[in-house]
Amino acid sequence: MAKAVKIKKKTEEGLHDFLKSLLDKEIIKGVFILKKMDKTGAVSYSLITDPEEFKKAVPLYPYMPVNAGKALANFTLLGKAEQPIAAILRPCEIRAFVELVKRTQGDFENFLIISLTCGGVLTLKTISEPDQDKLISQYWESVKKAEVFEHTREACQFCEHFLPLNADITVAAVGKKDLDEECLLFLNTPKGEKFAQEASGSSVSEEIETEKVQQLKKKREELKEKYVQQTETGETGMKSLVNVFAPCLGCHGCSHVCPICYCTLCEFDSKTLQYNADGLSSDLKRKGGLKVPSGNLLFHLGRMTHMAVSCISCGMCSDVCPVNIPVATVFSKAGKSLQKVFDYFPGKDAEEPVPGGTYKEEEFAEIGEQ
Amino acid sequence: MEKKFKPNIVGFLCNWCSYAGADLAGSSKTQVDPSLSVIRVMCSSRVNSNLILSSLLWGADGVLVAGCHPGDCHYEQGNYYARRRFALLKKITKILNLEPDRIQLSWISASEGKRYAEIVNQFARDITKKGPNPLTRNSQT
Repeated sequence: MAKAVKIKKKTEEGLHDFLKSLLDKEIIKGVFILKKMDKTGAVSYSLITDPEEFKKAVPLYPYMPVNAGKALANFTLLGKAEQPIAAILRPCEIRAFVELVKRTQGDFENFLIISLTCGGVLTLKTISEPDQDKLISQYWESVKKAEVFEHTREACQFCEHFLPLNADITVAAVGKKDLDEECLLFLNTPKGEKFAQEASGSSVSEEIETEKVQQLKKKREELKEKYVQQTETGETGMKSLVNVFAPCLGCHGCSHVCPICYCTLCEFDSKTLQYNADGLSSDLKRKGGLKVPSGNLLFHLGRMTHMAVSCISCGMCSDVCPVNIPVATVFSKAGKSLQKVFDYFPGKDAEEPVPGGTYKEEEFAEIGEQ
Repeated sequence: MEKKFKPNIVGFLCNWCSYAGADLAGSSKTQVDPSLSVIRVMCSSRVNSNLILSSLLWGADGVLVAGCHPGDCHYEQGNYYARRRFALLKKITKILNLEPDRIQLSWISASEGKRYAEIVNQFARDITKKGPNPLTRNSQT
């Protein structure tokens, strides 16, 4: 059982009012939150300080226009936030932020992190659909029933880590039937408890990992197997890998939106790994046919060695892919196996070093001896 | 008569141990397979996975990385990092079924000229047996 606060309001409204009261009383100076844009359906992450502006905020809107971990790191790259800020993030976004903090690309201090038991986000393509509102209400219905909604990202459909780590406050959503009647906030840390005193609700003690949550976890694990099988990289090796990435345009969108790919200049965007004329002709001699532009497979493999061990499976990469390559599924699968090798769970603890940045003297004894 | 397959192998040798080991093998007139093209690097940890991957995609049939034995690194810890990085890359080639045997990391010290020759000859034999690297001959990459 965990400490919680119950507010007798619709969940999203309750959270909105709670944040607004924090902002009004100047307990926090800003809120990092999703905000509706003027164009219908469009949302963006915004840092809001003006209570008037805050009216447009939609804390639990099921879209991820950018991985918020990456966006938060933008603010805190040069140092901690100077004033207390509340940030509403999805579990994978917190994990992304932790991974970036580890890489000294951000700072955790002065943030009140609010998250939710996450039902996933809708794919970005659905923003332009005419019946988007209907889709969103359908989404919430499926969240209430703890089901997997078909228009969410593939990565969300098989995500089993939808209970947030490192959040100060967790909003109950998955499998909560009375989502429209009450707002339940779990207080995970003393910091969360302190801020929640401002919420106009009653203290209760509730279970965060309900039966419904476990049900959804199970469903998603089953889906994962299915999706991984569809990518087929396991059985046939190189040929299937070439097939999976065959439609790749080489736009590098997947790496540009990836929260873990933080390098200012990616090695693959530089000239380092590009062919010169000599390379092209020797390649042509060997292959008898040259794909232009070439190097897409090298890009994906190279990116995998760089970031897959820290992949937090947010699904941004698949969502922005213009040719629908299941990048997230392939990387998530590779990531899981790599994480097992190094006994590492990305985004768990900001103090834990990245696998590539540390070593043990006694390990991998079989390597190097042959 | 069919032309016998001669592999292209890229060898990244660390300046302080393995390169000196290769030198010793040469000066003591040991037979070393000529299919290995040596690239001298300052430390085995200099070899990032992109160097290995691009070798494999751009014409190499095998890649050998060699450095000082654990504990003997000239920079004290370089080879420990190299070992981790190599374990990661090896795992990726295993997951994706990309013939993990085409890459190898070996510890060869400056005094192990004989070991250098043995490792190179064995690796060259293994790669010859495996045949041409399909990754480097695929026209769709």
